[in-house]
Amino acid sequence: MTTQALVESTSLLDAFDTLDAASPIHTLRAQAFETFQANGFPTLRDEQWRYTNVKPIAKGRFSLANPDAGQVDAERLREHLLHETPCHQLVFINGKFDESSSDLGELNSGVRLETLASVIANDFASIIEILDSTTDIHREAFTALNSSFMADGVFLHVPRGVELDKPVHVVFITVPGGEPIMTHPRVLVVAEESSKATIVETYATVGEGVYFTNTVTEIIAANNATIDHYKIERESDEAFHISSLNVTQGRDTNVTSHNFTLGGKLVRNHLNCFLKDEGCNSTFNGLVMAHDKQHVDNYLRIDHLMPNCNSWEYYKTILDDHAKSIFTGRIYVAQDAQKTDAKQTSANLLLSDTAHVTTKPQLEIFADDVKCTHGATIGQLEEEQMFYLQARGIDAASARSLLIYAFANETISEVKVKEIRDTLEAVLLDRLPQGHQLQGGL
Amino acid sequence: MTNVQTSDPLDQWVENKEYQWGWTTDIESDTFPPGLNEDVVKAISAKKNEPDWLLQWRLEAYRHWLTMEEPNWANLNIAPIDFQAISYFSAPKSDADRPKSLDEVDPKLLEMYEKLGIPLEERAVLAGVAVDAVIDSVSVVTTFKEELGKVGVIFCSFSDAVQEHPELIKKWLGTVVPPNDNYFAALNSAVFTDGSFVYIPKGVTCPMELSTYFRINAIATGQFERTLIIAEDDSYVSYLEGCTAPMRDENQLHAAVVEITTMENATVKYSTIQNWYPGDENGVGGIFNFVTKRGKCIGDRSRISWTQVETGSAITWKYPSCVLEGDDSIGEFYSVALTNMHQQADTGTKMVHIGKNTKSYIISKGISAGVGQNTYRGLVKVLPQAINSRNFTQCDSMLMGDRCGAHTFPYIEVGNSSSHVEHEATTSKIGEDQIFYCNQRGISTEDAVSLIINGFCKEVFAELPMEFAVEAKKLLEVSLEGSVG
Repeated sequence: MTTQALVESTSLLDAFDTLDAASPIHTLRAQAFETFQANGFPTLRDEQWRYTNVKPIAKGRFSLANPDAGQVDAERLREHLLHETPCHQLVFINGKFDESSSDLGELNSGVRLETLASVIANDFASIIEILDSTTDIHREAFTALNSSFMADGVFLHVPRGVELDKPVHVVFITVPGGEPIMTHPRVLVVAEESSKATIVETYATVGEGVYFTNTVTEIIAANNATIDHYKIERESDEAFHISSLNVTQGRDTNVTSHNFTLGGKLVRNHLNCFLKDEGCNSTFNGLVMAHDKQHVDNYLRIDHLMPNCNSWEYYKTILDDHAKSIFTGRIYVAQDAQKTDAKQTSANLLLSDTAHVTTKPQLEIFADDVKCTHGATIGQLEEEQMFYLQARGIDAASARSLLIYAFANETISEVKVKEIRDTLEAVLLDRLPQGHQLQGGL
Repeated sequence: MTNVQTSDPLDQWVENKEYQWGWTTDIESDTFPPGLNEDVVKAISAKKNEPDWLLQWRLEAYRHWLTMEEPNWANLNIAPIDFQAISYFSAPKSDADRPKSLDEVDPKLLEMYEKLGIPLEERAVLAGVAVDAVIDSVSVVTTFKEELGKVGVIFCSFSDAVQEHPELIKKWLGTVVPPNDNYFAALNSAVFTDGSFVYIPKGVTCPMELSTYFRINAIATGQFERTLIIAEDDSYVSYLEGCTAPMRDENQLHAAVVEITTMENATVKYSTIQNWYPGDENGVGGIFNFVTKRGKCIGDRSRISWTQVETGSAITWKYPSCVLEGDDSIGEFYSVALTNMHQQADTGTKMVHIGKNTKSYIISKGISAGVGQNTYRGLVKVLPQAINSRNFTQCDSMLMGDRCGAHTFPYIEVGNSSSHVEHEATTSKIGEDQIFYCNQRGISTEDAVSLIINGFCKEVFAELPMEFAVEAKKLLEVSLEGSVG
């Protein structure tokens, strides 16, 4: 480890020392921290991080968030919860489960939906194998960092053949204080054979201040399981947000991920998907709406390891002001993965001359009988379309908003939970000039 | 090559068929002992009778090279290169009394051209092509120099240009590819031995297509070519480069640099056919081809077009690029890259849009067979000031056989909202239904594959000059023989 990295991690060392060494998970945390320290924070010299500088995080001197955040503005908290949709709702404030605002509801027989803290304390044996089997994800520095501070989060286990009645909504709220704080939530989803579940993760903040969210979600889908995953990131413009979604798919599984990036000063979303058996279907939808000086980096890697799997990636970006976006999509097709059908699209809309987009749709193919395509487009709104609308008496600002709305709505309309779809639409319209007028007309 | 001795001449013929240009002509070479240090750089410079500024330029490049690390970011598996085991200078012996006309040319050389399929006189007269044939680093024959001279076009070997037009060389050398640009460009800048120089004056459309045939001949001699093309305002030139190399067993290093500058309204079209020895079926031998090619459109409305057909070399590392500085300038890149057996290619282009309304067009076709690995790596960068820029990229890969790989690594960076960038890529297997369709109509599988491949590459071949297009088709057929069916 270089001295520079050492200096950077002193505040992390301090934070690590405050952890409860007697916790059953501490061995794993210590291992992960060792891995993290050995590699340090990624730099611009790492090909995967070429366009995203995490120095502000490395130098951020974040301390672990105080779980007792005190009084939380209930009104602003309510904004981020689901009210009309029946769901199992778990709220975490500064990384700790907040029972008063949560509503676990009744669960189907055999389904386990618990906080990670309680599983670690009471039944650590049931997750140790899962955590051990996925330690290779620690190669990713921020995942190792998450494991180093793993304390709370969600554990969802859906037994064989069970279809979860209602979506699970997990809300991670950070209440920043004077000092920069960090949280490392972890979500663990295990779907047994032929089970079905919908999970929604929301990240948001109540209050002002600098903070850092470093979250890791693991989804393990056994044969014939179906998982719908939504991630809605609405952090503040002072937030650093790093997330990692690791998906392992068994035979004939269907996994869909919807990733909405709306907030955050510096955001990096990692998605690793391993198609480990035949007949998998994977869909990855993404929408980035960034403005001001936001920096958003989406990194996806899909590993086609077995034959007859399909994967679709569809990421859309709308950038305004000085926003920056990076998309990297890597499809890897192993030699055995014949009959792979992989499709990757990165569509980018630039609304200002100071916005900047980088896209790297990559294919790495070692099998011959495959159909792999990728496409990327970068541009502005079509002049002809603007003209068409204006010729029909719609003013330029509304026409522009309408077209942006249409561009984004393609992704939003894929959301199956109506309340979330409505929320996203409202956020989108809120950002568009004359947006509310549109809402009335729609 | 296999060492199996068979008495049957037919068998022997078949064995040797894989690389039909595989032979070595025995010419007495004046070769430096292997090794690289400042003295070698000085000796090369002295041998070429170069002015002091050029020697200093070389030394500076050499010193910079020492501080650099060999790049390993490419998707290539390269055996370590021992730069001290390479001889950095090799020239046909008769340097002092160079032939004044074709009649004086060493008959062995002429014989070599025959084998290459360049009957100089015939080609020169019939095809109207001036050939500056480079054999092992020193230009031996330059034809049509006078004819070109009438319109003011300078087309000569790099060493001649240093002697005859030092002011032009001094002005332009290293302006597009600086000596410290990258590892192999720095090495080339230090030890380049020869190459071609082309200067097209203002308003001149070059009356013929310029062509150079490179050939690596002496054993274990690195070939470090330097090509410099300057096109003044309103000029046009089409430049062809084609290569074949004899069969041999150790890896040979080739690190060339090509620099092109176009001024206002000028167009340069640069076509390459590269068919160096790819190594045998076990991946032994073959050329390492690390080339830096870059063009700079400094004038408004200027245009640089790269066309390449890469079928040879064990390793190809090559990104012909365009820096579009002038407003309304255009960069084009058409490429067919084929990897068979153990060949590896990491090739593509870089289009840097700086001027307003600049356009770039990229068509890349990759074909992988055997255990070949084919990578397209491209950069399209639109700077914030390059408003209304346009790029279209299409890169298609075709896979033949289940041991090969096709990879695509595009980098697209756009810094303003008025530009449009599109990128499309597909990867697929050679169409079985298409082969079946042909078979049904009595066309053999081999011919069907050849038809399909030619169709796949049509857009690129259309950009090649006539005789090159014919050669390119043949090359693909020969290179893919036996890989399907």
